[in-house]
Amino acid sequence: MAYDKFTLLKSTAVPLPIENVDTDQIIPARFLKATERKGFGDNLFRDWRYDGDGNPKADFVLNDPTYSGKILVAGKNFGSGSSREHAAWAIYDYGFRCVVSSFFADIFKNNSLNVGILPVQVSPEFLDKLFQAIIANPGTELEVSLPDQLIRIVDTNESESFEINSYKKHNLMNGFDDIDYLQAMKEDIFAFAEKSRY
Amino acid sequence: MSKKSTTLFDKVWDAHVVREIEDGPDILFIDRHFIHEVTSPVAFLGLKNRGLKVMFPEKTFATADHNTPTINQHLPVQDPLSAKQLEALENNTAKYGISHWGLGNPRNGIVHVIGPENGITLPGMTIVCGDSHTSTHGAFGAIAFGIGTSEVEMVLSSQCIMQPKPKKMRINVNGKLGWGITPKDVALYIISKLTTAGATGYFVEYAGEVFRDMSMEGRMTVCNMSIEMGARGGMVAPDETTFSYIKGREKAPTGQAWDDALAYWKTLKSDEDAVFDMEYHFDAADIEPMITYGTNPGMGIGISQSIPTAEEAGGGKASFEKALNYMGFNESEPMLGKKVDYVFIGSCTNGRIEDFRAFASVVKGRKKADHITAWIVPGSHVVEKQIREEGIYDILTEAGFQLRQPGCSACLAMNDDKIPAGKYAVSTSNRNFEGRQGPGSRTLLASPLVAAAAAVTGVVTDPRELLAQQELVQA
Ligand code: SF4
Repeated sequence: MAYDKFTLLKSTAVPLPIENVDTDQIIPARFLKATERKGFGDNLFRDWRYDGDGNPKADFVLNDPTYSGKILVAGKNFGSGSSREHAAWAIYDYGFRCVVSSFFADIFKNNSLNVGILPVQVSPEFLDKLFQAIIANPGTELEVSLPDQLIRIVDTNESESFEINSYKKHNLMNGFDDIDYLQAMKEDIFAFAEKSRY
Repeated sequence: MSKKSTTLFDKVWDAHVVREIEDGPDILFIDRHFIHEVTSPVAFLGLKNRGLKVMFPEKTFATADHNTPTINQHLPVQDPLSAKQLEALENNTAKYGISHWGLGNPRNGIVHVIGPENGITLPGMTIVCGDSHTSTHGAFGAIAFGIGTSEVEMVLSSQCIMQPKPKKMRINVNGKLGWGITPKDVALYIISKLTTAGATGYFVEYAGEVFRDMSMEGRMTVCNMSIEMGARGGMVAPDETTFSYIKGREKAPTGQAWDDALAYWKTLKSDEDAVFDMEYHFDAADIEPMITYGTNPGMGIGISQSIPTAEEAGGGKASFEKALNYMGFNESEPMLGKKVDYVFIGSCTNGRIEDFRAFASVVKGRKKADHITAWIVPGSHVVEKQIREEGIYDILTEAGFQLRQPGCSACLAMNDDKIPAGKYAVSTSNRNFEGRQGPGSRTLLASPLVAAAAAVTGVVTDPRELLAQQELVQA
């Protein structure tokens, strides 16, 4: 599935200072019934966002017009639980291109990178700083540079670097995915399969 | 030259690396790929759009389990969206020549139950599936982990996956488990100690006396829950218990192939002096029946204990309070005696025959509590058959319970088996996240024994009390 290339992202951000946000919250199981990858953004954080009758809950941040932007800043251990890639699709489809947290669950991190979302892992201190800056001034802009592997609060110029392996970085910057790579090495795979035990 | 000592995990991983990418992931060959109706349709769509084929259809196995009904499976599936996913699976598997044990097939059941049951899962394999509890298969000394849909597409089209090699953790539990303490309690205990992120970035090996003494069913329960502490997977070194479980199963090797396989499987263990990136030691004597009180599997305590305060629990206060608020519980309250509305026994965590034997051991000679709704859901048709053959069915019906048909059911509540908002469910499944078992549902994770005790008393009860009475009656 093609996604937009990622290089430099400058945007305001939406704060979600909750820890251990699991993928069942990001997209509840009952919305996994699609056979196509469309429209998941509407149900992003469905049960936190809407009440049982489908009315928006005023106290949830996505319903608060104060905050908007392409960057989601979330509490520690984001994306734990179910392996559903639908969680990453919902985040992408809603319009986020980058999620910042002090810790990510493994499968969610992989899924994000595979669908073109950049997971940026920062220190707990920098995460606190981000929450404070955004909540004090919802117009706070963040700049995420993938080539420089740097996230910066534009106003104050405070920044922190983040890790990403060079293979994934190259893929994201060029909009490539793993399937392209694997298709190009099919001969090696067939040769390996020949001597495989199972 | 002396060989570098390695862990079980390294041995299996290294045997599957097709290529290493510098400062990137390893390319890992996958021996077995399980698929189901929910996470595969978009992957097949991707294949079609790219004009790709399935590279080795004989290495992929399909089952329908996630959204299937657990009653009247002979009738057409009512929910049109679920029906469409099931139909897509049927069409896709037929089109690409993948074996498919769909609804109505006697071998149908939950993906992580039927793989081992039919001898598809073997020691030393790499196994993936678009479901995070693929870690279950690690009980056989396989590297097994859950993947996303893009990765499902990857495996279909190239039989490979790209993964950075995880770090290695060993969790040792030594001593003997007390009476009435089950593998589920061991898993919930470990997660309560490590937290839900405690093993993120690691692959776990479970070692020590407790796991050596444990049945295959029990090892599957423990490995299943590995993901709940953030680990990609967990594994147990194969031994005689493993080999005798596998022998004679439908897809298991036979004759010379069995002898060859066995010789290899016996080499699958960590070297004496292998080094792990992280190691934990626990004492079996410290484990009591466990129950969760919050909204993630790490929020568990011994059943006789009280809910901790935010300070005692550690971690963020706001998140802790949000969890208790959702559950309708207060700090420092005891769990024993809390009213329960629903009981669910089933799922790939506790849907095997041993789990129903345990459940029946408590229920025998008692009656279901009037206000309890119980969903008793076998993990597969094979398990269902065993339940009937072993007389468990009779014990259940005499006590006023009904047996449903196999599937994931209330584990993720994609079908009609949803716990209503605000209701409390003691569940043998693996996740107690907000709304996991239906919007607004409140889940208390526990073992089949604790579930059975709640089902007959209607409140959170220590199953050891009931088992003790049982023994008195029988003596
Ligand atoms: S029972 Fe639950 S965890 Fe297991 S495969 Fe089904 S949905 Fe996944």
